[in-house]
Amino acid sequence: MGVAIEVRELNAWYGKNLALKSIDMKVPANHVTAVIGPSGCGKSTFVRCLNRMHETIPEARAEGDVKVGEMDVYGGGSDPVEVRRRIGMVFQKPNPFPTMSIYGNVAAGLKLNGFRNRKQMDELVERSLRLAALWDEVKDNLHKKSGASLSGGQQQRLCIARALAVEPEVLLMDEPASALDPISTSKIEELIFQLKQHYTVVIVTHNMQQAARVAELTGFFLMGSLIEYDKTEKIFTNPADKRTEDYVTGRFG
Amino acid sequence: MHSIAAPATKPLSLGRKLVNHGATAFAILTAMLVLVPLMAIFVYLLIKGVGALNWAFLTQTPKPVGEAGGGMANAIVGSGVILAIASLIGIPLGIGSGIYLAEYGRNRFGDIVRFTADVLNGVPSIVIGIAAYSLVVVPQKHFSAFSGGVALGIMMIPTVARATEEMLLMVPNAVREAAFGLGIPKWRTTLSITLRTASAGVITGCMLAFARVAGETAPLLFTAFGNQFWNLNPNQPTAALPLQIFVYAISPFDEWHKQAWAGALILIILIVGAVAAVRVTVSRGRLKGA
Repeated sequence: MGVAIEVRELNAWYGKNLALKSIDMKVPANHVTAVIGPSGCGKSTFVRCLNRMHETIPEARAEGDVKVGEMDVYGGGSDPVEVRRRIGMVFQKPNPFPTMSIYGNVAAGLKLNGFRNRKQMDELVERSLRLAALWDEVKDNLHKKSGASLSGGQQQRLCIARALAVEPEVLLMDEPASALDPISTSKIEELIFQLKQHYTVVIVTHNMQQAARVAELTGFFLMGSLIEYDKTEKIFTNPADKRTEDYVTGRFG
Repeated sequence: MHSIAAPATKPLSLGRKLVNHGATAFAILTAMLVLVPLMAIFVYLLIKGVGALNWAFLTQTPKPVGEAGGGMANAIVGSGVILAIASLIGIPLGIGSGIYLAEYGRNRFGDIVRFTADVLNGVPSIVIGIAAYSLVVVPQKHFSAFSGGVALGIMMIPTVARATEEMLLMVPNAVREAAFGLGIPKWRTTLSITLRTASAGVITGCMLAFARVAGETAPLLFTAFGNQFWNLNPNQPTAALPLQIFVYAISPFDEWHKQAWAGALILIILIVGAVAAVRVTVSRGRLKGA
């Protein structure tokens, strides 16, 4: 089951450059929440702070209070590796492990975290690939084909399956469809819609139609600040802030 | 209805065609020129060496001067032992420091290591031999295959380290991020994901280093020292093919000259064979589309 996310007073820096300014945001469990905004507004930085991926960039750091379920992400005893295991991430460009088979890709997170039960692993791999709507296309070549041999859309679904296999509570998606063609995009969107039954999904997108299609809630970021955060319908039809209105009506961005 | 007209193109001018064909011909020619020295050496070795090559050469130890026959079996095996020791030293140390340089070495210490490796790569092999002599042979008070392995192993380190570093840096950061995103610790990511992704290039680097030291003579002169008899004890003076070739080639005896040619031929065949065997083994494990 998914868990809720509560962000308070989150600040993030690249070196001396303040990229996120005191963000407060509550993401409900088992919903899809979209994060929109123009390039460079901090939306990717924001989701990367939720699973402490932000700090893997040299000189980048973040401070604040992030609760994912019961877990205190930036608490004193928290281990970034454990945080990332419980919060899955799908990146903008499909990034399968090129030297691993399809099966190897999906099982990687389990295997490299010390999971050894073969039978259970087979089941988890199949379940994840089914959830990611990829099973039927790859089931005959699980061990024979490399993850890199799939098409771009299939690779992205493989990456989603890989993230799901470690059974996270939250799935973060950083523009997961921006490198894909319309057919692959609609498959991923359908998939996101299915996934919210089991996970809390936060999706970054610069495609406003996509946000409108998949997300119940939408947050609009601008220059490192969260300008407005409300029901998706409200954001797109009757935004409270002038800047939000300008952005969603295409006046800038 | 509009039809999209193909953009009007003029046929290529004669000059451009000539330049195009000329450039292609030049590229083919240079590629062939690269093959010439290797082929020339190999053919020459075949002509000179194949006459002395027989079963006895591969199975017997050298005969005393004046006696016909005998072979280099002990030197072939000795070279194998020395190279195995060298690889056991040079490959793990080289890969380890390559990993450090690529994944953790964006700092001053990394720069120092990188510079040291490049200098070590340029140190004449005889100097490496002297170093191994004073570090291993002098304290032990005897020549040995082990000391020869140490000398060759030291020579392998910089090549392997720099090749590993280059290959790891070629792995896109997205691959590392994918692993971190799954909650895989950094050390695990480096060993099981990044290094594995770069493995083809790293193995090529190791083979290059191996092939380079396999033919080295100078570092073995006062480490492995050479031996006319069978010896499998790595703590004793041991024969090696390049040493044997060197000794035979500068001797005044015709019979030994012929054997030196045959030894050189065997050395090249063994190196090419070893490299090819590793390549085949590696490519067997590769997946479709990888």
